[in-house]
Amino acid sequence: MKSINLFFQVHQPIRLTRFRFFDIGNSEYFYDDYQNEYFTRQATESCYLPANKLLLDLISRHQGKFKVTFSISGTAIDQFKIYAPEVLESFRELAATGCVEFVAETYSRSLASLNDKTEFRKQLEQHANAMAAIFGVRPTVFANTGLIYSDEIGAMVAEMGYKAILAQGSPHILEWRSPNYLYRNALQPSLSVLLKNSQLSDDLAFRFSDPNWSGWPLDAKKFVSWLNKIPEQEKIINLFMDYETFGERQKPEAGIFDFLSALPSAVFKKSSFKFSTPAETVEQYQPVDVLRASHPGYNGKETAQLSDWLGNDLQREAFENLSKLSHQMHNCDHASLLKDWQYLQTKDHFFYMSTNHVHDDHSLVAFNPYDSPYDAFINYMNVLNDFTIRLERFAEKEQHQMIQYKKKILAFA
Amino acid sequence: MFGWEFPPNISGGLGTACYGLTRGLSKLSDVDVTFVVPKAFGDEDQSTMTLIGASDVPIINRKLKFRDFTRALECVEVSSSLVPYVDPEDYARQRSYTVAETKSWIETDSQGKVKFTGKYGPDLLAEIARYALVANVIAQDREFDLIHAHDWLAYPAGIAAKQISGKPLVIHVHATDFDRSGGRVNPDVFAIEKQGMEAADKIITVSNLTRQVVIDKYGVDPAKVVTVYNAVEPNLKRQTGPFKKGINEKVVTFLGRITTQKGPEYFVEAASRVLKDFDNVRFVMAGSGDMMNRMVRRVAELKLSGKFHFTGFLKGDDVLQMLQMSDVYIMPSVSEPFGISPLEAMQARVPVIISRQSGVAEILTNAIKVDYWDVDAMADAIHGILAHPKLSRMLARQGRKEVHNLTWEDSAIGVRRVYQSAVQMNESVLN
Repeated sequence: MKSINLFFQVHQPIRLTRFRFFDIGNSEYFYDDYQNEYFTRQATESCYLPANKLLLDLISRHQGKFKVTFSISGTAIDQFKIYAPEVLESFRELAATGCVEFVAETYSRSLASLNDKTEFRKQLEQHANAMAAIFGVRPTVFANTGLIYSDEIGAMVAEMGYKAILAQGSPHILEWRSPNYLYRNALQPSLSVLLKNSQLSDDLAFRFSDPNWSGWPLDAKKFVSWLNKIPEQEKIINLFMDYETFGERQKPEAGIFDFLSALPSAVFKKSSFKFSTPAETVEQYQPVDVLRASHPGYNGKETAQLSDWLGNDLQREAFENLSKLSHQMHNCDHASLLKDWQYLQTKDHFFYMSTNHVHDDHSLVAFNPYDSPYDAFINYMNVLNDFTIRLERFAEKEQHQMIQYKKKILAFA
Repeated sequence: MFGWEFPPNISGGLGTACYGLTRGLSKLSDVDVTFVVPKAFGDEDQSTMTLIGASDVPIINRKLKFRDFTRALECVEVSSSLVPYVDPEDYARQRSYTVAETKSWIETDSQGKVKFTGKYGPDLLAEIARYALVANVIAQDREFDLIHAHDWLAYPAGIAAKQISGKPLVIHVHATDFDRSGGRVNPDVFAIEKQGMEAADKIITVSNLTRQVVIDKYGVDPAKVVTVYNAVEPNLKRQTGPFKKGINEKVVTFLGRITTQKGPEYFVEAASRVLKDFDNVRFVMAGSGDMMNRMVRRVAELKLSGKFHFTGFLKGDDVLQMLQMSDVYIMPSVSEPFGISPLEAMQARVPVIISRQSGVAEILTNAIKVDYWDVDAMADAIHGILAHPKLSRMLARQGRKEVHNLTWEDSAIGVRRVYQSAVQMNESVLN
């Protein structure tokens, strides 16, 4: 038997409001509630609800043999609570089938793994807690933002007790290897590494409805015939994609729901594959080799590392400015500052500043609320400056109170 | 080709565009261009062109050699002195401050048929009609396959040439009166424009914005209208290092005619917002126009005069120097069919902010785009560029790279495609 792991990542960033430089120091609310509600509702209607319903259907139709895995960001959870509680409810129903696994990630889908261990651990912990609270099971598998991976990131996750990590199968990590095996982390052998099969994943996520693609039109039968071409000894296929692929990026008219609906029976009838989840996979298979990745990997395209978020000067400038605050934030206990700090770390803010025009997935760009990367940068920096001022004011106030307190004590003495 | 300006005598984007396009076309082996202009009005023209007494020769015919171009471009001139882009009623007023200097008017007699009156009167429309007459004569004397007329002043000439020759007519809309007038459309100009569009076999617009105006406001069949974007001449002048500013402050520049169309008041309002929070900056409004006095008053009213400067009209090297001094270039046009000037700023490595209501916004990636009326956004963009050197550097670098790839040869190829379809259509009608 060979295994297919179907991973869907669910994400909604908390979008920033239009924040002008003359608002710096005067305003405290950073978010565009209207947009956030609009986009969350849109994805709810076109993807989350219909897709969840279909999955629930498929699970009961195939009596527990069809399984899927979700990675739901904390910022998405926060927004479901406000704008779409029925989505959370339907995820709970899926969880109750026992055929759905939820993996852990950084709460605000941040890039903290790259520069801030403390923050990274904190966010991972927070996300795992949220998953446990909502779905009743604590995740044992981790999927980083954009599946960024390095030996060190893997080691951090292993130290926190995770059994496995899902990583991008990018060429610089894979080299000659196939992604269709289980590997182990180079520093912590207890951690298994699952690799995304980019080819097959992106066939669905990006190419599915492209009439110029040689694979078009794609149906479940054809897809299974591709699965069958994979060499017998390669036993694990990890298909990883945005959940929004279903209904948002790939429209229902293009047949994406029909595809998903027909996939399980096609797999069962025509192949030797079964569906499983990452935790099961780790139980069942032994890693074949050590995977070495001395520097962090990269998500989407094979062209450059991390270039979607930190590929240009603007992105790096913004990220560096954000990172400068981390030390101060670790000593901060102000709830709303902490929340803002977290939301400002979401990778999407950096993605909006991307000048990487090599994207062949134009649909990703369509989610960009900004006119241009420059526009996105200016707005983000205005918000970040205001946040910095608030943080400083708060710190001064604290210090002032401390001095007052000490004076009082001295006066008594 | 009929047009109103030809370099080096230009007073706006029209002349620049005609020049660039003609140069682009001259690189195509299967296109030969004869360019007909009324007598241009700048000084330099005298040094490169011969002026012959109108009493005996009505048309001056000479070859204009382009260096490193394979073909020579023929330039035929008829006399006139006009400011493009103006309303006939505004003409008298506007002349007083435009760069145009009226040359002595030449009485022209063309084979005894056409008589030009000696003086250039305030009546622009009569002048256009006379130009059309000459066009008619030229069309009889010459061999050509197609007529191309640039903007409304040349449409009647294009129509006249078409009538006499039966050759297809392509008109090139660089602007419509809706752009120039800010909504107060002159009925005579509108009529001429509509006539031209109706007579044309194909219409070229400089942006989709303008294409939509042509379709919506003039009721033209969309199938007839094709967008071909303008480009910019590569800046071959070696820049002699960065220009040294006398002041250690940032400079934000508006450069263009100070008229309603260009949105100067939004620049002033944005400046006032930036200056409230940001001290180390000066604003420059370079150019002249009928709104200038109002702008001076508004600047005084807002008490910005210490940080806000008017330079008057700038020419040639002064423009380049102004650009080299600038840290931000703004084009807040209310309505801009295309807008070549931001491209020139980008060539000079100046970050640009352009209004979304401009044709050039359709093709530029490395510019900040704002709605012309959104002075908050404009102020924010200015501040952003001034406050973040990384941003400014990246805009400058990427902008220059982007503009480098906008070539007139590509535009010319687009124009040739339109020519081909116009000629084909014409042939199929004749057969």
